[in-house]
Amino acid sequence: MYRYDEFDRAFVLSRVTQFRDQVARRLSGELDEDQFKPLRLQNGLYLQLHAYMLRVAVPYGTLSSRQLRKLAHIARRYDRGYGHITTRQNIQYNWPKLEDTPDILAELAEVEMHALQTSGNCIRNVTADPHAGAAADEISDSRVTAEIIRQWSSLHPEFAFLPRKFKIAVTGSPNDRAAVKVHDIGLRLHRNDAGDAGYEVIVGGGQGRTPRIGQIIRSFLPAEHLLSYLEAILRVYNRFGRRDNLFKARIKILLEAVGVEEFTRQVEEEWAHTRETAVDVPLEEVERITAYFAPPPFEDSPPPASLDALARDDAEFALWRKSNLRAHQRRGYTIVNVSLKPTGGIPGDITAEQMETVADLAERYSFAELRFTKEQNIVLPHVREADVPALWQALRQADLAAANIGLLTDIIACPGLDYCNLANARSIPVAQAIQQRFDSIKRVHEVGPLTLNISGCINACGHHHVANIGILGVDKKGQEFYQITLGGRADEHAAIGTIVGRGQSGEEVPDPGGSLVET
Amino acid sequence: MPHLKLLTANRLTDGVVVFLGADGDWQERLETLRPIREEETLAERELQAEADVAAQRVVGPYPIDVVEDDGDRLRPLRLREVIRAAGPTVRLDLGKQAEA
Repeated sequence: MYRYDEFDRAFVLSRVTQFRDQVARRLSGELDEDQFKPLRLQNGLYLQLHAYMLRVAVPYGTLSSRQLRKLAHIARRYDRGYGHITTRQNIQYNWPKLEDTPDILAELAEVEMHALQTSGNCIRNVTADPHAGAAADEISDSRVTAEIIRQWSSLHPEFAFLPRKFKIAVTGSPNDRAAVKVHDIGLRLHRNDAGDAGYEVIVGGGQGRTPRIGQIIRSFLPAEHLLSYLEAILRVYNRFGRRDNLFKARIKILLEAVGVEEFTRQVEEEWAHTRETAVDVPLEEVERITAYFAPPPFEDSPPPASLDALARDDAEFALWRKSNLRAHQRRGYTIVNVSLKPTGGIPGDITAEQMETVADLAERYSFAELRFTKEQNIVLPHVREADVPALWQALRQADLAAANIGLLTDIIACPGLDYCNLANARSIPVAQAIQQRFDSIKRVHEVGPLTLNISGCINACGHHHVANIGILGVDKKGQEFYQITLGGRADEHAAIGTIVGRGQSGEEVPDPGGSLVET
Repeated sequence: MPHLKLLTANRLTDGVVVFLGADGDWQERLETLRPIREEETLAERELQAEADVAAQRVVGPYPIDVVEDDGDRLRPLRLREVIRAAGPTVRLDLGKQAEA
């Protein structure tokens, strides 16, 4: 696990003090809302439909059991007893009071957390493979790259006021679990023929109202040049990205306007300067950061035969084992995906009690380490296979053992019109209706791997563009309607779905969705 | 005016949804408020709302369409405002609907 250094600690604490003063000045009237809004957004505080909303950063989705306990405490003390895991591996609270937010940020700082880079036109919280450091198919640990980018991008003065928000994702496996092709910059770690580590650099992907698959502008960037090359891309974007039109301000629009060849030429030209002037990370610093992500003290632990026996005897366990476990790089260990998608639940919501349960289980079974995923689930990355039956029983008791990871009912859904100021239609009730329609977990397993994502507006926080079945909520003369897309995917073969048919009313959606699944 | 109106906003200190009553107070519930029926009244209330923004009471006021049920109880016309006034439709234990 990464730990803050003295610099991190000092700057996060100084931001808490600064924000406490800003809130006090807002409440006293010294600052009006126009002055205060950019300040609160820089600290992750939005104003939504019912109340303020605080989005807490979870860098590359990685957190400790201690941090999860703090998130549970905040949910209980300052909010309504739950949090919502987002599609960018963060967590948000839906009901904090403005006057409490400085105290919340102070509590977060106690466990090396904050709400920076979760809003505004900056480099947002970097995302990565939630199975990093554990996956059997991993070439290189994406957390190291993500952490280097976190340190570089936090409070980077040159990139604090970009034309628009900027999202970077990293994968270290050929099987992309970080959706790198639909980010402003996607980085795929791989090795060249000489065995050296480097990055495939993908630029101009994104979702929202103009969904695009990113394009490769460099097939192999030597790892030591990461930051100078990122700096070159950001400089080209910062200089030429459109600031006159909010809807055309993302880097994907710039890349499309000038063409990938010309954009690449501009980046390479800029890089000729930045590689001389920008600070690439010295090898010893990379090694220092890498050491923080050293593997936990695994024990040699042969896979127990009892798992197969239990799976033969218990069909429910067999299904959960099949869908929720993934191959670990160490013999005798497995990756356990904890689904936050029980039938009738709210995708991504987790109660304070469940957070504490998962924190307990992480301490007992996974070296106190956890991950949040863009699919709005939780990962226990390092579980001994011998512990799997006991872990499964504990998850069942906490209503956290839905056997549906990567399957139809593992629905990604944004908060939609139930919470969000931008939404045109509700997402969550549609997800719940589809889950009810496919309540037989056996049937869901028979259908096999299938992604179904729902967004309540064209901003696409629910990732509907890159789902096998995507559902987009629209407002049609004051009524909720839903547009269906087919054929999207978010992995290494990323694709944008194609719109099919006319819009459906909310009541109709589960049935056409069901018909599509059945065919 | 084609529809009856009310002014709504979020309270500054906690973000709670509020509605401007005829007495000039911001109320958490709209059902029993008197609706705005005339443009002149709407303009007057908007002026007051702006004054309350300046006085750090509320944020982002705007008018919404409302309708009168039987018994003269008000409800918002559009779904977005129905949800703002009541709470999430998927969590009936939260928001003002939970206090009904």
